[in-house]
Amino acid sequence: MEILLQQIINGLTTGSVYAVVALGYTMVYGVIQLINFAHGEVVMIGAMVAFSIITALAGSSMPPLIIVLAGVMAAIPACMLMGYLLERVAYRPLRHAPRLAPLITAIGMSIILQHLALMVWGRSPLAFPQIIDNRVFGVGGAAISSVQIAIILLSLTMMAGLSWFVYRTRFGIAIRATAENVHVAGLMGVNADRVIAATFVIGAGLGAVAGVMYGTYYGIAHYTMGFSLGLKAFSAAVLGGIGNIAGAMLGGLLLGLVEALGTGYVGELTDLCTWPMAQGWLAEQCADGGHFVVFGSNYQEVFAFLMLILVLVFRPSGLLGERVSERA
Amino acid sequence: MLAVMELQVHYGGIAAVKGISFAVEENEIVCLIGANGAGKTSTLKALARMIPSHGEIHYGDQRIETLPSHELIAMGLALVPEGRGVFARLTVAENLMMGAYHRNDAKGIGADLERIHALLPRLMERRNQVAGTLSGGEQQMLAIGRALMGRPRLLLLDEPSMGLAPLMVQKVFEVVRKVAAEGVTVLLVEQNARLALEVCSRGYVMESGSITIADTSAALLADARVRTAYLGE
Ligand SMILES: Nc1ncnc2c1ncn2[C@@H]1O[C@H](COP(=O)(O)OP(=O)(O)OP(=O)(O)O)[C@@H](O)[C@H]1O
Ligand SMILES: [Mg+2]
Repeated sequence: MEILLQQIINGLTTGSVYAVVALGYTMVYGVIQLINFAHGEVVMIGAMVAFSIITALAGSSMPPLIIVLAGVMAAIPACMLMGYLLERVAYRPLRHAPRLAPLITAIGMSIILQHLALMVWGRSPLAFPQIIDNRVFGVGGAAISSVQIAIILLSLTMMAGLSWFVYRTRFGIAIRATAENVHVAGLMGVNADRVIAATFVIGAGLGAVAGVMYGTYYGIAHYTMGFSLGLKAFSAAVLGGIGNIAGAMLGGLLLGLVEALGTGYVGELTDLCTWPMAQGWLAEQCADGGHFVVFGSNYQEVFAFLMLILVLVFRPSGLLGERVSERA
Repeated sequence: MLAVMELQVHYGGIAAVKGISFAVEENEIVCLIGANGAGKTSTLKALARMIPSHGEIHYGDQRIETLPSHELIAMGLALVPEGRGVFARLTVAENLMMGAYHRNDAKGIGADLERIHALLPRLMERRNQVAGTLSGGEQQMLAIGRALMGRPRLLLLDEPSMGLAPLMVQKVFEVVRKVAAEGVTVLLVEQNARLALEVCSRGYVMESGSITIADTSAALLADARVRTAYLGE
């Protein structure tokens, strides 16, 4: 029971980071049907920029919270600028090219950004200075840290803010209209270039915060961190139904939960010694409370993708997605 | 108000509009009739700058052929596209809001909403419904209402009767008449030639990319070629 609750807490924490990153993929896809593979790298750069600022200020007399806030405040505009430039320089010239061209460019941009980060921040993992007093609270036998609380609350706030923006403001409605039919939105006076740039910039801004949260949570930043984080967040977006904003949020949280629960229980479930047919050689292994675990918690990375595959087999358009081939 | 000279539209190597010239005067209802594939939609899309074209397009005292599509509505030129083009996932109210996207006069927008309420009462009953769930006729009304929210001076309508039951077609044309009576100039593209010619004062007949006949509606309704080809007589 404690394990269950603990894994739910852990899953919600990573899941909310996935959800925030997934929004960046899904918003861009919704408007131009491009999988912006470089988005994970934008998130990574956010973590890196914040790392530099926080490290530089760590020795100062400023309060720790202000220092972290300064890191976030530097990461957000840096990432927004990067998102804008990506769209402007790499994708816009290919807007009317065959779909494969921007996709390959996206992969190329992802590699370029990784190497840029490698040049600036080096090859070794960077340890985030632990300046915040990370208090741990007990809940029903499980533990939740103040960093986890902050990550979950901040993510939920950002998701609520984005929902308000997209569903309630004039520009938000224009974004959804453009996603549905860019030509007709143009007839209404919507400048598609602006809307498209905005989705990149907003996604990158959210990604910056996600990067800082991720780095703070695991205490580490590395130039390759955007790859697996990006891949999982992209999976979350697909899981929820790519292009669908609520779907990205749901997919992210679900992915985090499945991953945490899977990691928490896979060892126990695949311990053959707990299975009734343990006999002979296996029984010897199991004697005196021994274990014979087939899949250990090092299989963590598998769950996200296993779940993605399963969902795509049974519901190809994702959980909240509609009409798959609509824009094929 | 609108003067088109030698307008051409090509798709790849294929010419869909082959150098047509025509004009629409202020406060007129003019129609453009023709069979499937004649080039009517291509003509309207070129006017709304949704596709590239050659030739001159004079609108008021401006040349608009070099402008991007999204700048036209602020100049008073609106297109209700073929197939309506409502935003299916947006609510009726959001669709109407999009129509007024380029405007900043909250008061005027509110007043126009009232006006459209009076013009299309059925639509406003469904304001919080997602547009994709409206019937075809309701969607056509919404598309027209949305265009009106932009306060157009020239309204381009592409086959508003398409796929609608006769009774609904009557209603749509009734709305077109009322809109025109309020001082909006209308260029109406239709395959339903009889109905179109009944609301229009003048008409152009388009055949495989060229305008072949141009006359008043009364004359077109009496024209032997029009009667056999488009009025089914
Ligand atoms: N995107 C396109 N690519 C290639 N050819 C096109 C395209 N759009 C239209 N055409 C061709 O251009 C010609 C004119 O088409 P257009 O849609 O303008 O006709 P229309 O008069 O509106 O017909 P309808 O009454 O069926 O709507 C047709 O032969 C059509 O096949
Ligand atoms: Mg047509």
